[in-house]
Amino acid sequence: MTDVVELGFPSLGSIPKTDIPQRAADFKTDQEVRWCPGCGDYAVLAAVQGFLPELGLARENIVFVSGIGCSSRFPYYMNTYGMHSIHGRAPAIATGLASAREDLSVWVVTGDGDALSIGGNHLIHALRRNVNLKILLFNNRIYGLTKGQYSPTSEVGKITKSTPMGSLDNPFNPVSLALGAETTFVARTIDSDRKHLTSVLRAAAEHRGTALVEIYQNCNIFNDGAFDLIKDRTNGADWTVRMEHGEPLVFGTDSSRGVIRDPENGMLTVADVNEVGKDKIVVHDAHAEDSAYAYALSRLSTKDLPYTPIGVFRSVEHPTYDDQLRGQVAAAEAKLAGDHTSELGSLLRGQDTWTVD
Amino acid sequence: MHSLDLTGMTVEAVKEFGLGRKEAARAKNMFALGLLSWMYNRPTEGTIDFLRSKFAKKPDIANANVAAFRAGWNYGETTEDFSVSYEVKPAAMAAGTYRNISGNLALAYGLVAASVQSGLPLFLGAYPITPASDILHELSKHKRFGVQTFQAEDEIAGIGAALGASFGGALGVTTTSGPGVALKSETIGLAVSLELPLVICAIQRGGPSTGLPTKTEQADLMQAMYGRNGEAPVPIVAPQSPADCFDAALEAVRIALTYRTPVFLLSDGYLANGSEPWRIPDIAGLPDLSVEFATEPNHTDAKGNPEFWPYLRDPETLARPWAIPGTAGLEHRIGGIEKADGSGNISYDPANHDLMVRTRQAKVDGVARSIPDLEVDDPNGDAKVLVLGWGSTYGPIGAACRRVRKAGHSIAQGHLRHINPFPTNLGEVLKRYEKVIIPEMNLGQLITLIRARYLVDAMGYNKNARHAVPGRRARRGADRDVIAGVDGS
Ligand code: SF4
Repeated sequence: MTDVVELGFPSLGSIPKTDIPQRAADFKTDQEVRWCPGCGDYAVLAAVQGFLPELGLARENIVFVSGIGCSSRFPYYMNTYGMHSIHGRAPAIATGLASAREDLSVWVVTGDGDALSIGGNHLIHALRRNVNLKILLFNNRIYGLTKGQYSPTSEVGKITKSTPMGSLDNPFNPVSLALGAETTFVARTIDSDRKHLTSVLRAAAEHRGTALVEIYQNCNIFNDGAFDLIKDRTNGADWTVRMEHGEPLVFGTDSSRGVIRDPENGMLTVADVNEVGKDKIVVHDAHAEDSAYAYALSRLSTKDLPYTPIGVFRSVEHPTYDDQLRGQVAAAEAKLAGDHTSELGSLLRGQDTWTVD
Repeated sequence: MHSLDLTGMTVEAVKEFGLGRKEAARAKNMFALGLLSWMYNRPTEGTIDFLRSKFAKKPDIANANVAAFRAGWNYGETTEDFSVSYEVKPAAMAAGTYRNISGNLALAYGLVAASVQSGLPLFLGAYPITPASDILHELSKHKRFGVQTFQAEDEIAGIGAALGASFGGALGVTTTSGPGVALKSETIGLAVSLELPLVICAIQRGGPSTGLPTKTEQADLMQAMYGRNGEAPVPIVAPQSPADCFDAALEAVRIALTYRTPVFLLSDGYLANGSEPWRIPDIAGLPDLSVEFATEPNHTDAKGNPEFWPYLRDPETLARPWAIPGTAGLEHRIGGIEKADGSGNISYDPANHDLMVRTRQAKVDGVARSIPDLEVDDPNGDAKVLVLGWGSTYGPIGAACRRVRKAGHSIAQGHLRHINPFPTNLGEVLKRYEKVIIPEMNLGQLITLIRARYLVDAMGYNKNARHAVPGRRARRGADRDVIAGVDGS
């Protein structure tokens, strides 16, 4: 096994590095990719395969774990270790793997149905524990694999096979949900913006702890155009808030819009920059300890997503569950006088014995 | 929680010694000690000798204390309030150093021992549930052995994390009871498909649903055997006494590691909380459970390049290679979708599926080659009736058999440690007897398996209640039934 090398990325320090230069092709498998032609998943796969060589990690120390759904076929196409598990359970499985193995870079690939419906419980608990996992949540706001039922992120009133008169339930905003669970790294990006997608993936990889990346992903078969509002070449920028840490939250085709704090109630809201003045525009602080700020940002996009912040909402350093778990084990092992075998002898003997001749 | 009128019963027990009520009541601690001695099977002679010498000058006080002590012991013996004592064979104890141990403690120690003997770090993923939680508590105390314990958000995550740890090369274990097994079924199926080692400790309690969390039952055998979608065979190991949970845990781990399979360790509330003297094993005599991870490619592709096939099996055990992340050149993907034999690639081919279903079954059936024959206890050697049991009924069945023999009849006792697969000689053993009686704390689950497999017309004797300390009347009734079985041919 390769030696453990300290890397520039804080989260990757315990993972063996390789000296052999890698290319995207090294991360491709011989398996035929079976997504529908034109599916947004292809772009995400290409971005991940394209960015991993930058990390320079030993390929054998990377693991992709997925649940069930279109996006969950992802591990089959990654020439790393991988597990295509069962519906919704990937965060739980990955938690055990990441805890048992400090030397692995563990990625979870999931979708809106997998992560937020059947696997909702595992997701929120992985997020609150802050396990070293990078969770890529492909959100296409529909069930693709089961052929087009509405999902927990579908907008109210969605007409699908299972909701011919329109869906009734209020959707989750995955970013708000993750921030509610106090996730230490939360970001959003879009399948069609390779540059942005890559930069967010890089930031997630650099984070030590749980990173949740929501990826808006187009399902051209069952929910085509779900994100057209922000993807529109001419007007998309009017609805997309590109967040950069330390930069004012100004957006719009002519940079005329900005995020301000409403003096009335302290909430974040969108205003005309020329009307309110540049100094009123909120400067993005992704490292704010209190998640309330990032949560307020996430609420700019309501059910119908008019204003969509993309980029890193929150990135803070907290101790991780798995590091601390290993720390407890190491502290207990350090106190051992002998080896495990001799310690086992005294464990089995216990305190209160008697002898039969 | 048990409440009893300690003072009243003590005063009653010592009234013949003519002490005042206050003085008499002071012996109540001896009543309590007597009850505890019964619960923990401690020898009574030492205490009685101690009381006689301490109060040598005050014979009345000595007699009163001894009487209170005996009354406490007898109370435990006769009342049905306690399900924690354990009836052991009154055989002469083998020489050695002994301690008392409960089933859950022995099971936890067995898992720690298996971790040490295999050299694999133990990873327990668990969600609290009666009567299994004590195993989680116990293992949490033993991090010095490299044990990681993870209290999950639910039963599903508990087993999921354990399976994830197994994928990473740890000894993955989950602990639960019947309702938890139901929740874990899907992941057990995944483990069957992934063919990774995993131990599911199921400490049975009364069901269905929430049932009787603090009362024992053996009604989850069918759930362990068949409670999954598809053909998903899982080996089942059942301890027969509290101390036996230690050896059974080692055996479950041995099967899981050797055959790369999930294994059920099927205990119950009676074993879990009951305790008995345990001859402390010699560490040097524990089984070697060391495993070899795959390190090299095991196949060549069409172009002659080495490659790794995750489902290329060991011809002897049919186990697949365990290649853990971090091993260069063996990168592979596994999942719950049917896999092509050998390469492990996704395959929807019906012929391949048929082969894989049969292969997974053959692998579990093949475990039988590594387990000992069933031995039958028939001291007279001429018994025509066999009483066959499994799990915690071992003690009570043994006691019943001894009473039947005392009454002048011959009877044989056999007890199954392995329920899936059965020992290879079981069919032949069953044929040796005119009658086979299968007592169970359920409506007849083992008997269903036995009848289906061996076409033996076995008789059931079924109770869905605690068998811990049958009252005398119940005992006589049970004996009568068994003797009726013996004689009423
Ligand atoms: S159904 Fe939709 S999400 Fe699934 S592969 Fe096809 S386009 Fe992609």
